[in-house]
Amino acid sequence: MTQPLLEVEDLHVEFRTRDGVAKVLNGVSYHVSAGETLAVLGESGSGKSVTAQTIMGILDMPPAFITKGTIKFRGEDLLTKSADERREVRGEGIAMIFQDALSALNPVFTVGFQIEEQLKVRRGMSKADARKRAIELLDQVKIPNAKGRVADYPHQFSGGMRQRAMIAMSLALDPELLIADEPTTALDVTVQAQIMDLLAEIQKERDMGMILITHDLGVVADVADRISVMYAGRIVEHADVYELFRAPGHPYTESLLESLPRLDLKGQELKTIKGLPPSLTNIPPGCPFNPRCPRAFDRCVTEVPAVHNLGMGRTSRCHIAEEVVARG
Amino acid sequence: MGRYVLRRLLQLIPVFLGTTFLIYALVWAIPQDPFSGKCGQRPCDPAYIAEMSQKLNLNDPLLIQYFKYLGNLIVGDFGTTFNGVSVGEQIATSWPITLKMGIIALIIEAIIGITAGILTGLRKQGFLDNLVLVSTLFLISLPVFVTGFVLRLYLGPQGFDIMDTSVSSDPTVGELILPGFVLGSLSMAYVARLTRSSIVENRRSDYVRTAIAKGQPQTRVVGIHLLRNSLIPVITFLGTDLGSLMGGAIVTEGVFNINGIGGLIFRGIQEKEGVMVTGIVTLLVLVYLLASLLVDLLYAVLDPRIRYE
Repeated sequence: MTQPLLEVEDLHVEFRTRDGVAKVLNGVSYHVSAGETLAVLGESGSGKSVTAQTIMGILDMPPAFITKGTIKFRGEDLLTKSADERREVRGEGIAMIFQDALSALNPVFTVGFQIEEQLKVRRGMSKADARKRAIELLDQVKIPNAKGRVADYPHQFSGGMRQRAMIAMSLALDPELLIADEPTTALDVTVQAQIMDLLAEIQKERDMGMILITHDLGVVADVADRISVMYAGRIVEHADVYELFRAPGHPYTESLLESLPRLDLKGQELKTIKGLPPSLTNIPPGCPFNPRCPRAFDRCVTEVPAVHNLGMGRTSRCHIAEEVVARG
Repeated sequence: MGRYVLRRLLQLIPVFLGTTFLIYALVWAIPQDPFSGKCGQRPCDPAYIAEMSQKLNLNDPLLIQYFKYLGNLIVGDFGTTFNGVSVGEQIATSWPITLKMGIIALIIEAIIGITAGILTGLRKQGFLDNLVLVSTLFLISLPVFVTGFVLRLYLGPQGFDIMDTSVSSDPTVGELILPGFVLGSLSMAYVARLTRSSIVENRRSDYVRTAIAKGQPQTRVVGIHLLRNSLIPVITFLGTDLGSLMGGAIVTEGVFNINGIGGLIFRGIQEKEGVMVTGIVTLLVLVYLLASLLVDLLYAVLDPRIRYE
């Protein structure tokens, strides 16, 4: 296997606030290769966005502190680079799109300006060339009448079109890796599917690596090659997308899958995961999922589960991972 | 946009009529003989009284008086004072001085206020931040005439003799810098605080994060993305402030002995020159109304999300 594009190793991030220290990431490791889509799945507050922001280097520091770990992009550790070198990577090497395109785009500049800015400032393109390229990019993300819309402001676009414009902007410098932080959460269902299709298509066309952050299992099944499931700042399970849906290797994943609405169980009460995710200032000892876990036993309260290797790149942080997978 | 401008211009008419009528009524409807004390110790000559009453339409009912005055105003006739001086000419000589001082004040408050606001907004809770917060609080709590007297005294020849604080009858820009600073000091403090809070609010916004994530240089993230948004409320404040500065000039001009509109209106009130007072206040009302119209239009230019019609 060739070297992965991005390797995150044992990443620890904490937020030091007046109310105490929130341990937001407690040893996150994942990797993405070119042409591959990794889905990062988890509830709100599980640390999936913070991981992405740490990779991008756009975390507010302080209050955030990276206490441990490495982030290797093309084999070089980003965390040891200077601020200027990191800035060079942003947009060019790794680009990111955000959840709410309306607030993520600058309201007082036209969409064209915001795309052209990248080309002019980072690539030294002339104004006319940048405009031409911006229209091409808008065309690539299938915005109808791109030429006419390039001078429109973000608020003049519909939600789906706005997210497309945002994708066009992120592609301006031909990044090798695209991080999509819940790109469809703010959109309605039909538009969601269109945006996901577009992302999948672009990723394939450009042979980009993609990290798709989401809490939507349906989205994951369609697009992702591999899945990392996060809980309380750790990857609790990591598996190929088919394997994960066929036989989850962690009780948390299992509960997530069970809580999906299913047509064949129509009329029955929807299953939910009892309880709330743990407070990050006060993570319970042992396995952080143990208070909510249907399979918890005494060892789960005292001992943090190690990473169990289940073969074929599959891992799970559960004491009884083998047993969970076997049951299917 | 064109229709909006037209509508706003039409709206100015009732506002203008209402305010000027109020001023006219306040000056001329007072239950006092307008000629008392006008002719020294002696009562005025009946022939003079008759002539002036005729000229000022004092024998008509108030409403008719007002409309006759307004009619003259529209053709550019501000009338004359009791001793026959043309109010229009007086305004023409003093108006440029006040305007010059007002613009100097506006420039000073914009430059110093915005700079202080940006520096403190970007670096919250440092020495500079506290310094600006305390000094602006100080400026806001001091009345302008105190700031004016103190600066004039201490900077001038009787104090540390740093500069010549006297202002000639036809002042140069250099002479008006200190009065301009005093006039703008209060608003300068507001501008600094407004800019600061606007920057603090916007610097954590999503679009600033996007600009950083795009790998744009820090200077552009702050100078283009953050500032363009943060300065919208500041610029609208500065626009309306031009009108207030003209009114505020009364005190400053008094302190520095400047022959501007403020001095004129002050003398007008003291000497009960009704024609002078109504004329100048009408002019100030007009400036204020036009300034606020300009601000409304500017707002749509600055923030593309604002749409008229």
